Amino acid sequence: MATLLDRLWDPHVVADLGEGWSLLHIDRVLLHDLSGARALTEVGEKGHAVARPDLVFATPDHAVSSAPGRTSETFAGGARPIAGLRQRAKETGVRLFDLGQPGHGIVHVMGPELGIVLPGVTLVCGDSHTCTNGGVGALAFGIGASELTHVLATQTLMQRKPRAMRLTYEGVLPKGVTAKDMILAAIGKLGTAGGTGYAVEYAGSAVRALGVEARLTLCNLSIEMGAKMGFVAPDETVFQWLAGRRFAPKGAHWDAALRDWQGLRSDVGARFDAEHAIDAATIAPQITWGTSPEQVLPVTATIPAPATPGDRAALDYMGLEPGRPIAGTKVDWVFIGSCTNSRISDLRDAAVLLRPGAKVAPGVTAWVVPGSEIVKREAEAEGLHRRFLDAGFEWREPGCALCVAANGEAVPPGARCVSTSNRNFVGRQGTGARTHLASPAMAAAAALTGAITDVRAF
Amino acid sequence: MDPFTTLTGVAAPLLRANIVTDMIIPIQHLVGATRQGLGQHAFERFRDHPDWPLARAAYKGAPILLAGENFGCGSSREGAVWTLQGIGVRCVIAPSFGDIFFNNCFQNGVLPVRLPEDAIRRIAAEVEESPGNARVTVDLERQVVVTPRGEAIPFAVDARKKSALIEGLDEIALTKKRAEEIAAWQARDKQARPWAWESVAP
Repeated sequence: MATLLDRLWDPHVVADLGEGWSLLHIDRVLLHDLSGARALTEVGEKGHAVARPDLVFATPDHAVSSAPGRTSETFAGGARPIAGLRQRAKETGVRLFDLGQPGHGIVHVMGPELGIVLPGVTLVCGDSHTCTNGGVGALAFGIGASELTHVLATQTLMQRKPRAMRLTYEGVLPKGVTAKDMILAAIGKLGTAGGTGYAVEYAGSAVRALGVEARLTLCNLSIEMGAKMGFVAPDETVFQWLAGRRFAPKGAHWDAALRDWQGLRSDVGARFDAEHAIDAATIAPQITWGTSPEQVLPVTATIPAPATPGDRAALDYMGLEPGRPIAGTKVDWVFIGSCTNSRISDLRDAAVLLRPGAKVAPGVTAWVVPGSEIVKREAEAEGLHRRFLDAGFEWREPGCALCVAANGEAVPPGARCVSTSNRNFVGRQGTGARTHLASPAMAAAAALTGAITDVRAF
Repeated sequence: MDPFTTLTGVAAPLLRANIVTDMIIPIQHLVGATRQGLGQHAFERFRDHPDWPLARAAYKGAPILLAGENFGCGSSREGAVWTLQGIGVRCVIAPSFGDIFFNNCFQNGVLPVRLPEDAIRRIAAEVEESPGNARVTVDLERQVVVTPRGEAIPFAVDARKKSALIEGLDEIALTKKRAEEIAAWQARDKQARPWAWESVAP
């Protein structure tokens, strides 16, 4: 009786190191311009070669401006790390997808999009949202720069196998409710430490009904409930989505891969260290009210009375009053983007609300930042960019942008932003910025009405 | 990496749950930064608040941090550890840690110790009886935390991580000794899963 975690983890154990520790083979590595550039430099400084440059892929995403027409110099602070990433990638033979090239984008968007990330592979990146890639059935997790250096030098990592959790969503999602709402509801229920020490398998009929991009969104916020990794058993939906992608297996290799991938599931009756269930039909569109993703509500709810000093501090920071409905709270900014919600299906979900003549509410600054160059081009080919621009949104260049504000872009102090990203921490989107996490459709609704709005009533 | 054996010093209480690495250091200070000099930015969005526990002079430079549940959760940024080192921290004691932060500590010679929350509160209460004077000892060899009043509280640590810290071992060098095992695994895997290798062949 094996769990999916066993089937993903066990075959990658190069050596059992005792006490639950393994020397784990890493099949794919993604590098970005902060931790990735650093690790690529440090591995050389320590006198090591990059063990398997053919398994390593790099792209700058964090410290790049998202301004139309940007270059790597537009945000001066990013110029040096990006130059370092380019130079070290060239020296070591690591493939780099640079600004403006198909393949460039947020690491966790470009990885699956190019078929670099596949079911059953192990993947690391110096970024906590690496768990996103579990959406295609990979064992993917974030690590620090030193562990990343270890991987680059040896293609392995010493890790302790996490405990296995299964989070099951049975039922049918109501209209207007998305994967983002599913995972925010789970974080609200289990808390931001609920998954610490676990790998989470998302299961159930509502998960199987999700497209691949929605599964990537679901897995993306695993780390927000403490789980370093989260994944969904790969199925026909994943196989069809991957077929033909640039680095997906071809021909006989594809057939062999399919045979392997079909076995990637938990046995019926497999034992999990923790099990949780959520009825998909009961989930409403979610919106965070505080400064932790666990401080989240259905959009129909009222702002809660503070239960702890932390809640009180969060309400003060957010400038919210307990007892009032969260809907109707006026917003100043809207951000549609990030490794959570910047894929083509996310942009389509938001664009659906843009009826002819629809306009961003006066006083609201609304940004759309596609997750990758390929997403951007696909959206432009469909004319989505035109619809966003006509409605008064800014249509920008791919990157992490306002999710992490590492590129000189920021929501101004005190401004309230509905954001499709993953973290509403104090100062995350800029010093003093107030972040409300929500789905792309909820973000678009907020942009058009100038207030937090239930997308179902839109 | 500096070896870690025994540490005696002031323990600063920061007993809040879910301190995310974003709180320890905003990302802006890590763009193009070195590992050194980050201490000046530690908790900068919180430290000026009158209730901020670490603002008290008695806790300045404390090598031990007494923390709440899920300390260091969130972003994988290793700069959070370098920042704590920058203000003199060598050991964090908490009921639980963010998984990535926990590993990052060991990579830098910082010891994360898991103790039950009530034990941490007990230590904090003893520390607060004489802030700045009370000393706590963390003895990795014996795996005990000794409170200011002399109570020895045992803690668990993986033998592998313990010896790496005590001896200041370089994990890359250790793993490279297994180069043949790794190569053999890769050769077997290429037979078993050719698709995983061929699909990304340059």
